[in-house]
Amino acid sequence: MNPWLENALEQAVSKVEQQSDALSNIRAASLAQLQQTPWPTRKTEAWKYTSLKPLESATLRAAEAGESSAVDPIAGLNSLDILVVDGRLVTNVADLTVPQGMTISTANDNTASWVEEAFGRAKPKQHVFGLVNDIFADDVIVIDVAENAVVETPVRIVHQANSGFEGHSRVLVRLGKNAKATVIEEYAALQADTKSFTTGFAEYFIAEDAHLEHYRFELQTGEALSSGGCHFALSTKAELNSTFVGLGSDMSRTDLDILHQGEFADAKLNAIYLINGEEQFDLHSTIEHEVPNCTSLENVRGIAGGQGKATFNGRIHIHRDAQKTLAELNNRNLLLTDTAQINTKPELEIYADDVRCAHGATVAELDQDALYYLMSRGVSKDKALVMLNFGFINALVDEMPNEALSEWLRPILQKRFAEMGE
Amino acid sequence: MLEISQLQASVEEKNILKGLSLNVKPGEVHAIMGPNGAGKSTLGYVLSGKEGYEVDSGSVTFNDKDLLDMEPEERAREGLFLAFQYPTEIPGVSNLEFMKAAVDAKRKANGEEELSSADFLKKAKAACAQVNLPLAFLKRGVNEGFSGGEKKRNEIMQMLLLEPKVCILDESDSGLDIDALKVVADGVNSQRNSDRSFIVVTHYQRLLDYIKPDFVHVLSDGKIVKSGDASLAHELEAEGYAWLETYSEDGAA
Repeated sequence: MNPWLENALEQAVSKVEQQSDALSNIRAASLAQLQQTPWPTRKTEAWKYTSLKPLESATLRAAEAGESSAVDPIAGLNSLDILVVDGRLVTNVADLTVPQGMTISTANDNTASWVEEAFGRAKPKQHVFGLVNDIFADDVIVIDVAENAVVETPVRIVHQANSGFEGHSRVLVRLGKNAKATVIEEYAALQADTKSFTTGFAEYFIAEDAHLEHYRFELQTGEALSSGGCHFALSTKAELNSTFVGLGSDMSRTDLDILHQGEFADAKLNAIYLINGEEQFDLHSTIEHEVPNCTSLENVRGIAGGQGKATFNGRIHIHRDAQKTLAELNNRNLLLTDTAQINTKPELEIYADDVRCAHGATVAELDQDALYYLMSRGVSKDKALVMLNFGFINALVDEMPNEALSEWLRPILQKRFAEMGE
Repeated sequence: MLEISQLQASVEEKNILKGLSLNVKPGEVHAIMGPNGAGKSTLGYVLSGKEGYEVDSGSVTFNDKDLLDMEPEERAREGLFLAFQYPTEIPGVSNLEFMKAAVDAKRKANGEEELSSADFLKKAKAACAQVNLPLAFLKRGVNEGFSGGEKKRNEIMQMLLLEPKVCILDESDSGLDIDALKVVADGVNSQRNSDRSFIVVTHYQRLLDYIKPDFVHVLSDGKIVKSGDASLAHELEAEGYAWLETYSEDGAA
């Protein structure tokens, strides 16, 4: 057993013994499962390309309370900001002026029965860091949007990590029938050479006819280790429009799961990754079509430079009853150097016979017509290549429904992309 | 300004231009008409330097320089502009970013400073207004999701910003209704002056009612077989291109 896990299990046992809140039963169960879960190695299929070595030997400590710090506003966004530092909630959510129809609380304060019932229900049970997060996430943020409430103000949850700390954060979101809301999960960039570890998991329950606009930006790089995910459960006619952006680090793993549990649910997921230096990055997406007549459209685009290593595993599981499913998965990749590496693997499991399912995983080829068009106006070949290569990613930034967010994100990715060309 | 002499060019080893000569002086508007397959679009591509369009013999001199020796981007900076018949859609690259890069590249080549973003935006907005293109199109991906008419107007918008010396309009009238055609023609006419020349490539005479040419040439089977003034376009409109076959057999040009 590695030192990090040994220490984590020891802490977990004493933590579970001492706790007696609404979630303590769940935590105890997760601990029992964690104790039986083998530590992932390169031989574990789902972790084949992700080395956990940087974590195994890391000595990190938990924060008693998050240090207060500022959140950089995003121009034109007008969001409701919640700050989480080293896994601890810094913002006093009870003091927030929350839009009508929405409540924000923590699991400690919210004794509603749905919180206990929902916690962990959308998240896969086998994920070792999901179990760690179950046990250690002390400040579970609970966002509840009432039936028919249309909340225009985006909720922006900003996670910051400090050197030497590990933090575990958890978000639970419920959208009532016909409700509409936007949630942004941001894992903020931090200074280089600071070692930290973050597990950040979020679960979303989207009721009938409700619409969630969702963003997850994982902008931490370098020695910021992370493993987390977003898990969405969609009821009948629910709609999800999600955009994910990930930069790599010494260890970076994200799991996105979409569960279609009600008919005519519709999910759109766009994902971008930009991996550089010696970073690694691993994105696993799973779409479970459990019922008929649902659609899922997934567009995943990545660029790797330097000796960066990216992995994308896209699974689509169409259950026996899920007739008339429409599922598309498109993964395109661009390698900027000979030493960069991208592993891509679509996984289709289809048990229904009347479905439309398309998938493709390709290395992006340069569009010669586009190159000529740009050059025919006087743009140099080098500059045209940069524009086209960045454009490959930027096309998905353009698709983000929130323009203020795309205006904010674009220069961040442009800067990153420029560094990759160096 | 632009002297094309005995130009022979091929695509995928198929000979398309078979000894084309054309002399365009500053301020002149030349119309090139001809049936499908005559080599009209090939001429534009060869002049702009598209890959795959091989020059087999002949010469093209532009501003006393060897045009065929230049890369496509150098030709553009030197002042050559091709308005495409089918402009390429480039998602993810904004129209504004693209044109800023193009204008900056040209200014740099001319020893001028790059424009500030604010100054450029002002010019771009004015160009959009002139061709009746909503400002939102500047932010959109290049030609992405534009209608046929919007693409053609976007080409003219680019021409206004780049202020070229020679503009080749490749079937800029195709697929346009009369209002859109007028917008394109007005854009071109606003740029006519004693220094700037145009080569208007078209299948139909219609565009030439709005952009009055000084010369009309008939291109057939890779060669100019007849030249005249604007009245030639009307003759062609009345007679069609069927007479060309006999004409070629007579061994003209």
